[in-house]
Amino acid sequence: MVEWTEEERSFIQEIFSKIKYEDVGPKSLCRALIVYPWTQRYFAHFGNLYNEDAIMGNPEVARHGAVVLHGLDAAVKNMDNIKSNYAELGELHSEKLHVDPDNFKLMADCITVVIATQMRASFTPAMQAAWYKFLSVVVSALSRQYH
Amino acid sequence: MLSARERELLIELWDRLTPAAEHIGSEALLRMFTTFPKTKTYFAHLDLTARSEHLRSIGKRIVEAIAEGTRHIGTAQFTANLSYLSRFHAYQLRIHPTNFKLFNHCMLVTLACYLGEDFSPRAHAATDKYLSAYAAVLAEKFR
Repeated sequence: MVEWTEEERSFIQEIFSKIKYEDVGPKSLCRALIVYPWTQRYFAHFGNLYNEDAIMGNPEVARHGAVVLHGLDAAVKNMDNIKSNYAELGELHSEKLHVDPDNFKLMADCITVVIATQMRASFTPAMQAAWYKFLSVVVSALSRQYH
Repeated sequence: MLSARERELLIELWDRLTPAAEHIGSEALLRMFTTFPKTKTYFAHLDLTARSEHLRSIGKRIVEAIAEGTRHIGTAQFTANLSYLSRFHAYQLRIHPTNFKLFNHCMLVTLACYLGEDFSPRAHAATDKYLSAYAAVLAEKFR
């Protein structure tokens, strides 16, 4: 079981209260596709991902970015039970989508950078540490179903 | 693999950051020590509290070295200039190579906080690639 301090819990809630899913989600997915281009392999059906401008203007990417970020809802609502809440999504990513779980970490890093560009100095080192821990737990839960 | 455009972007970006070298370098280090406590094991002999003399001077040196490197990307000069730092990291510091990734991530977050939206996806990609290449040269002599 993951232990969360009161401070960590409040940091996570604070971050979620400040971000807009329809903004951070798309921006995060765009960055993943641009900074780590091999992730585009999972989105061939999204149409034009030819260059940065195409990716940033692609409505499918924007729509799906928000979906991915909403995927974190289950975790923030129940931080004490993240592992079991992600069994189904984990299986989806493994059995149906065949996503290399090492890419989850990259997506997590991109979400972090986008949040940093928006929260700026208020995204303190302590907050970053709590956020990193939170995303690591989610990534680990998602990666558990691979066999 | 960095394009000519990316190299230009990096020179311009790190020129802009150099005046704040101490601030950015020390913040990146502090973020790394806070988020990845195991990285502190390499600095046990120093004072790593926020805004300490050690943190600021090491941070400044790191940012200045990174900035200097942007002028020589893709040339033999790049590896040659880093020769001393490579030997230092390999034979004296003997840092486990995975730690470079942790530092690079914290540098990216620091830049994102410092530059806000100006830290565009393009700048993010170029910087990540550059820092990875830089770390590879630093780790070259490890074995």
